[in-house]
Amino acid sequence: MSFWVAACWFALGLGVVLYALTGGPDLGAGVWNLLARGPRQAEQRRALHEAIAPIWEANHVWLIFVIVLMFSAFSRAFAAISIALHIPIALAVFGIVMRGAAFAFHAYGIHSARTRRRWSWVFSLSSILTPILLGNVAGALGTGQIRVEDGLVTSGFFAGWTTPFAWLVGCFTLALFATLAAVYLAAEAEDPALADDFRARALGAEVVAGILAGLVLWRAALEAPDLYAVLMGSGWSWAVQAITADLALVTILLLWVRQPRIARYTCAAQTAAVVIAWGVAMDGHFILPDVSVDSAVSYLPALPAFALVYAGGAAVLFPAFWYLLRVFKSRAHRQE
Amino acid sequence: MIDDLLAARLQMAISLGFHILFAVAGMAMPCLTVLAEWRYYKSRDRIYRELAHRWAKGTAILFAVGAISGTVLSFELGLLWPRFMAQAGPLIGMPFSFEGLAFFLEAIALGIYLYGWDRVSARIHLWSGVVVALSGAASGVLVIAVNSFMNTPRGFMLDDNGDVVAVDLWQAFFTPAFPVQATHMLTAAYASVGFAVLGIHAARLLKDPHDAFHRAALRLVLPLLMLVLPLQLLSGDRAAKHLAVYQPAKLAAAEALWATSAGAPLLIGGIPLDGGQRVVLGVHVPRALSLLAHGSFDARVIGLEDIAPDVRPPVLIPHLAFQLMVGCGTLMLGVAAWAGYLLWRKRALETDRNFLRAAVLASPLGLIAVEAGWTLTEVGRQPWIIQGVMRVRDAVTPMPGLQYSLFASIGLYLLLGSVVAVLLFRQVVSKEPATRSSPTNAAQGAPAE
Repeated sequence: MSFWVAACWFALGLGVVLYALTGGPDLGAGVWNLLARGPRQAEQRRALHEAIAPIWEANHVWLIFVIVLMFSAFSRAFAAISIALHIPIALAVFGIVMRGAAFAFHAYGIHSARTRRRWSWVFSLSSILTPILLGNVAGALGTGQIRVEDGLVTSGFFAGWTTPFAWLVGCFTLALFATLAAVYLAAEAEDPALADDFRARALGAEVVAGILAGLVLWRAALEAPDLYAVLMGSGWSWAVQAITADLALVTILLLWVRQPRIARYTCAAQTAAVVIAWGVAMDGHFILPDVSVDSAVSYLPALPAFALVYAGGAAVLFPAFWYLLRVFKSRAHRQE
Repeated sequence: MIDDLLAARLQMAISLGFHILFAVAGMAMPCLTVLAEWRYYKSRDRIYRELAHRWAKGTAILFAVGAISGTVLSFELGLLWPRFMAQAGPLIGMPFSFEGLAFFLEAIALGIYLYGWDRVSARIHLWSGVVVALSGAASGVLVIAVNSFMNTPRGFMLDDNGDVVAVDLWQAFFTPAFPVQATHMLTAAYASVGFAVLGIHAARLLKDPHDAFHRAALRLVLPLLMLVLPLQLLSGDRAAKHLAVYQPAKLAAAEALWATSAGAPLLIGGIPLDGGQRVVLGVHVPRALSLLAHGSFDARVIGLEDIAPDVRPPVLIPHLAFQLMVGCGTLMLGVAAWAGYLLWRKRALETDRNFLRAAVLASPLGLIAVEAGWTLTEVGRQPWIIQGVMRVRDAVTPMPGLQYSLFASIGLYLLLGSVVAVLLFRQVVSKEPATRSSPTNAAQGAPAE
């Protein structure tokens, strides 16, 4: 892998990580919208809506960024994935649309309570459906069942994503996002009782995520042997998994001692570690085993330009994004 | 039954036709909102603050739906046209990358603008609005750069395998059609949204001619329209001259011109039959097409007979779309000129019921013209997805059963479109001041249950 290929691959990975850390919890919040219970049910829903409203569109752009960089730099992989995984991707897109629309209609609309409740329901369901499908797509790429010859997909339209492994990866993704959402919400809640609600939910979701992680590994051994071999076969992969597990434990500990504001960093790091572990386990491939990162490059001499444009863009966008978060998420600003 | 290619084309057409309405709103509404806010700071007249709030709230809904329908499109490029993307990905990647960056900046600035009225200073707030308006316009222009590439591809060669080689990213970015299409689309965005807004406020003024709020809105929108419409006319003229050189088949289809001729007539109205060989019910203006296309009464204009049959575009749809676009544009220009006349004679146009009625009737014309113009540029390029390089049928996905996703898309867009329409309608007729029902307050005010 040449330097510029690696640079674009890295930028793509960074985009996926940032989407998981920002857009992910926006999706995961759908779980808590659905499961809002107890005496502070209305407050829980209000808190998560307020947390999402000013930032979800910006968070969501990370996904667009991933798509655009993917088809700019690695258009062969983009085309093959779009063909082989047409069905789950189309369903995920459906989920993204319904979720965004339901949120906007719910937040901005002048509706009757009944209509608002309906949109709230659509928002929850599509927020849950979308990460499952996105995770499913990610999982399917590692199964080795999607075969590509000369840029043509030869394994049909049902390979990979129909395996239990891919669906477990989807559920694991949802659990991670839901954990992250609950931790962020616990950290942002100003009412201690509300913070406690989300803290309890975060702990529960973290445990579910841990169980699902185990199940994913078990099915990987059966249905994604190449991926499993890399995950289990080298020192670094053990190290990454150990770090992930440690971060999960530290997150649980911090939540236990009521430090959600610190826990959000460990939980974010944990999510990032999972994404990175997956990326490295793909062993330099977009689709195992046929589409390597190198073979997916559409036009090698164009890559430096893309890498530089995105680096330049990052120099503008990161400060702007940071400012957005500071305005809406820092406690000093919130209390004004 | 609909075959897969037709289903894919229709799905793309519906997705784009839906998105384009929200895209133009995302380009033009922030501009109006910022103007209103700026007027408020200048005049301290609270009506303008109220206006900025109201418009911002409308923008919020439109932008959200535009953002998600745009996301759908970025996926659909792959889901429907993977072979196009495999080949052209790097070539259209640069404008799309800049578009992504501009859109990101827009989303960030919009978050601050919509929810930050009380959290940031007035100066930062106004500037965040300026960033929204500028980056919104930029992302529209950048998407047009991609479409321009499809119309006048440059900056690459194909090797024997059909792979793209010798790529010049900047040539592929700045293709000949780009400046022409970009100015035409940009002015179209301001004109169409401006007319829609004008019509809404005019309708309210017909009910209550002394409502200061709607009078202020009218006074703010009209100068913009009177500035933009003449520019729109000029850019349209340039677009026609550009087509005559770079896409003669599209111009011939738009004009239903069969015979290549010097001193070609301009067809107004009319229904082309037999692929453009005959026209019924039309009026021919002698030599006017030659003048329009090449600036001379005797210039030779290429007709459809000289386009090889297998790459000849359909004629009926482009011609009707062209007529519709030009017709709408002409009527809009008339309304803008009327407003200019009233202002010049210092008449009170807010109480001129005839003018207000005309403004109401004209309110959808711009958006219709946008749809028609886009239909012309897309259908007029057929059978090509990249003019002269790749055919649409060679770009489509091998995925079978595309009619189901087409039906799902139709249902989805009907649902979204009707909900947006209801929301906007309720907001327009709402008497309650927007300052008390800004998005933040709405979210806080009434939780789901």
